[in-house]
Amino acid sequence: MALESGRDGFGKALLELGETNSKVVALSADLTESIRAHWFAEKYPHRFFQMGVAEQDMIGTSAGLALSGFIPFATTFAVFAAQRAQEQIRMAVCYNRSNVKIAVSHGGLTVGEDGATHQGLEDIAVMRVLPEMTVLVPADSEEARLATLAAAEWDGPVYLRLGRTPTPVVTENADPFQIGKARILAEGNDVTIVACGIMVNAALQAREMLEKEGVAARVLDMHTIKPLDQEALLKAAVETKCMVTAEEHSVIGGLGGAVTEFLSAEQPIPILRVGTQDTFGESGTPDELLEKYHLTPDAIKKACQKVVQSK
Amino acid sequence: MHLDEVAKRVRRDVIQMIMHSQSGHPGGALGAAELLSVLYFKTMRHRPEEPNWEGRDQFVLSNGHICSAMYSCLARSGYFNTQELLTFRKINSRLQGHPSRHDLPGVETASGPLGQGLSIANGMALGMRLAGIDRKVYCLVGDGEMQEGQIWEACMTSPQYKLNNLVLIVSWNDIQIDGTVTQVKNLDPLSTKLEAFGWHVLKIDGHDISDIETAFAEADRIKNKPTAIIAKTILGKGVSYMENKSEWHGKAPSIEESLRALKEIGTSEFQADLVAE
Repeated sequence: MALESGRDGFGKALLELGETNSKVVALSADLTESIRAHWFAEKYPHRFFQMGVAEQDMIGTSAGLALSGFIPFATTFAVFAAQRAQEQIRMAVCYNRSNVKIAVSHGGLTVGEDGATHQGLEDIAVMRVLPEMTVLVPADSEEARLATLAAAEWDGPVYLRLGRTPTPVVTENADPFQIGKARILAEGNDVTIVACGIMVNAALQAREMLEKEGVAARVLDMHTIKPLDQEALLKAAVETKCMVTAEEHSVIGGLGGAVTEFLSAEQPIPILRVGTQDTFGESGTPDELLEKYHLTPDAIKKACQKVVQSK
Repeated sequence: MHLDEVAKRVRRDVIQMIMHSQSGHPGGALGAAELLSVLYFKTMRHRPEEPNWEGRDQFVLSNGHICSAMYSCLARSGYFNTQELLTFRKINSRLQGHPSRHDLPGVETASGPLGQGLSIANGMALGMRLAGIDRKVYCLVGDGEMQEGQIWEACMTSPQYKLNNLVLIVSWNDIQIDGTVTQVKNLDPLSTKLEAFGWHVLKIDGHDISDIETAFAEADRIKNKPTAIIAKTILGKGVSYMENKSEWHGKAPSIEESLRALKEIGTSEFQADLVAE
């Protein structure tokens, strides 16, 4: 199977939008090709704005364009949008309810050799906490493509987090993509694995391993961290009575944070969170990093075995 | 109606609003009365009855803390009832302590966290150009606010895109909360800096109506680059005990002080007062 990254799916969708939606414009902060906005930039140069190495300015400019009726996709790396420009996103985008789409690559550890400074591991948390914000973390290139198209149709701010590393497509046969609606990739009633981003693939692999041991795991592709699909979570909590979350992000404040916050109030069950444990990353190959920081199918499997015991 | 009278009305509103809520930022608001009066009552094309009219000029108040003066202009030009000005900074009001775009018609963007306005204004100017609409964006910033890094990012963007449909107005009163701008973190020579960044720069007296009108007219004639107007203003202008005193950046005058301020400002022939003295 040909491997593709989330950013590749984004770049394709942006190019499609260039053709289908004349309101769509794109901005870049000197990382145009890295986020795959260059295909759009080459074909629609008058709708592409190079902002230079100035993310805060890019977010403000995007807000101004949105307030003028356009649908800007502001692109850079996760850390530089969500964290460098967080306050600009808070006021100019969210408080203004301006229709800006913030599309970032380099979310997570699989950034690889660039190391901790460039590995976005807290971005979901700081975007999710903002009122008015919608947070999308697609699982693969095809879902990234669909999420991008959906984001353009969505009325309001969106944070679209994409990975850098090519991965297999795992959502080919899933239900139609809809913001706020989890996709059930596998059924099972012993435990539910709620995953986002590249950890969806890891969750499916963990499921296969568990199956051999007689444990049937349900796998939810929670591509929308906010608004959370409460219905799917409640149903899974009632039916499987325990849960594991998996994300390429800190266990604090991200998918795991969102799921535990919700279920602790509505349907308390044992939940374990797989993610980085309140730590920065480091240099290494993507696979080495995932192994070292326990973001693997095996880590998910072990968490499932443990959580099933505590039911 | 002469614009000096409008400015006087804005000053009276600012004092009355802040007196009423016993909260707000009188200094910069009083200092911007002429600039805003010229914009709202002379220079800008806008339709208070149709706030989102596509053919309007847009105003971005980057130094959002002086919004009492902008709220006065919006109400006095017909965006909402003038009596609503007295709800300023109170619970359930549309007149938030710093501007909220989705609450109040005529507010083009939220502002208050300093240094953000010019980037948003640049985006609006780019949007106008892309939509083929021949209108202008006016962005007012305070001088102290120019210590923010984002402003300088934006100062590079406007000339890069040759945004001649954008006018930056710097209210230069040399006062910020902790002292004079010169002492805290000197900006001078600002005009030289902006020129080096690629701006057409004008220096004017920010309290002289004809100076302001002339500057906006000149900005209309400049091609291929944005215009920056450095307007020398006096913090607290019109109220002797506030003038040039940084303590009046964000403090409400007492009732007695307010009455004295209103007396010094003098009566305005332009529309009626919000409250009877």
